[in-house]
Amino acid sequence: MSTIDKNAVRHVALLSRLSLDDKELDLYSGQLASILAYISKLNELDTKDVQPTSHAIDSLKNVFRRDIKKASLPVADVLANAPSKESDFFKVPQVIEGK
Amino acid sequence: MRYETVIGLEVHLQLDTQTKAFCGCANRFGSSPNSQTCPVCLGFPGSLPVLNEKAFLHAIKVALALGCKIQDLIKFDRKNYYYPDLPKNYQISQYDMPLSYDGRIDIKVDGKDKLIRIKRVHMEEDAGKLVHPEGASHSLVDYNRAGTPLLEIVTEPDLSSPEEAYEYLTKLKSILGYLKVSDCDMEKGSLRCDANISIRPAGEKTLGTKVEVKNMNSFKNVRQALEHEEKRQAEAVEDKVKIVQETRLWDPDRGVTVSMRSKEEAQDYRYFPEPDLVPFVVDKRVIEDIRSALPELPEARRARFMDEFALPEYDASVLTADIDTAEYFEESARVSGKAKIVANWIMGDMAAMSNARNIGIRELGLSAGSLASIIKMIDSGAISGKIAKEVLNDAIETKKDPEEIVRLKGLTQISDGGQIETAVAAVLAKNEKSVKDYKDGKKNALTFLVGQVMKETKGKANPALVNEILKKKLGE
Repeated sequence: MSTIDKNAVRHVALLSRLSLDDKELDLYSGQLASILAYISKLNELDTKDVQPTSHAIDSLKNVFRRDIKKASLPVADVLANAPSKESDFFKVPQVIEGK
Repeated sequence: MRYETVIGLEVHLQLDTQTKAFCGCANRFGSSPNSQTCPVCLGFPGSLPVLNEKAFLHAIKVALALGCKIQDLIKFDRKNYYYPDLPKNYQISQYDMPLSYDGRIDIKVDGKDKLIRIKRVHMEEDAGKLVHPEGASHSLVDYNRAGTPLLEIVTEPDLSSPEEAYEYLTKLKSILGYLKVSDCDMEKGSLRCDANISIRPAGEKTLGTKVEVKNMNSFKNVRQALEHEEKRQAEAVEDKVKIVQETRLWDPDRGVTVSMRSKEEAQDYRYFPEPDLVPFVVDKRVIEDIRSALPELPEARRARFMDEFALPEYDASVLTADIDTAEYFEESARVSGKAKIVANWIMGDMAAMSNARNIGIRELGLSAGSLASIIKMIDSGAISGKIAKEVLNDAIETKKDPEEIVRLKGLTQISDGGQIETAVAAVLAKNEKSVKDYKDGKKNALTFLVGQVMKETKGKANPALVNEILKKKLGE
């Protein structure tokens, strides 16, 4: 079981595009470590004979949708919560490939 | 030092379905921005994806055509990264239990057969599209493409030259075209290719540091980018510069690859199972049904064309590379009963015309029956081969019936001896020098005189008859 230390939190924060200062790093690494410690109680269970599963309902498989069109949202609704927009686009800070 | 190149390719293919992979929004290119979006493909909290059955069946079809095994238990995973084109901040993809694995494509380079192993074919969803307005300090996002069903087709690092990569892609696209699961249009982004390339001293077993190359929007670009990259890497090694594992973008205008970002920190996608989608198990019988319903693929069709229509291997290969051409040929060959002549027209004049217009052979709009009737008119001597080209051109431009074109424009071949003799006499009178040359033994003067008679008759004279009559007159 890997542990959560300050470096791990710094790395995950970077992946999540979050900027955390030293105080926050201390705070969250402490909190996350205690959550993981709590969850790790599950490791005490003997799962030797239990098949791994990726889903809570093991018996449910092959749930499909027919390839039939449904109405999309009106563009006004799509953009209703956008902090910034331009014509029918979402407007975001400049992203250029390579940066 | 001599180096060998190791290349692996990743092809992304948009599947042709009515709707997106996990929601009922239209899967259509070119609509107005954000008009094909809903809570699922916009990643609104609480929305749930449900897999499109058609996309799944298309995916299995491709996997089987490429000789892949279908995974017993198929599951989807979340690939996490933060980028504005990805509304959920994860892409639904597949990690350790992909749809299929262990396929192959056989290619031929410089007359040698080579097997390229396909590592896996898996399903995922496309991201949205970013637009960067010129001079602006912001970007715009259109999520119409987000959630489009995609296949990722990944090779093992079995390709050892840019040429092999080119051949592999050509072959792959040909097969995909036969399956009719995608329009495979690189300009629209329905088919995209990324490459991993590294070099190592010839004979060395361990792989060198690989570089990922992106942004190549044609197979020719892929080949050029890889040629540039293998040279760049060899020079770096010679200069004792360490090759870093990174992503580089191909710049087609400058003909170079440019570093995009270092992978050391960036590539950590924290895959985990997608809890919103249950696993999938495909019944063996369903797999066998799809397999037995696979269409005849390019290689089989090539062999059949050689056998059934007695075509040379070259012709059969060219005609079967693209499904539309193959079908058009087959139909025209059956209607006219002249397979080799049909092949020549399709590979010659018609290919030139469709290339010039950048459209497929079907879109030229000449029916198999019309092509057959042109060939029949040449055969019966009604028109000359030269006039036939003109008729073909006209038929394609005006969509008129070839026989009507010949009749309306009075293009019927002159096979009347008297009419040709008059034209010959006129030409001989005007070209005394050539006549003398011919009599002095310069036999190519005849070719010139034939040409003059054809000109005199606006190309309508029967060339064989012109030859015959000219020789007779010159002999007098």
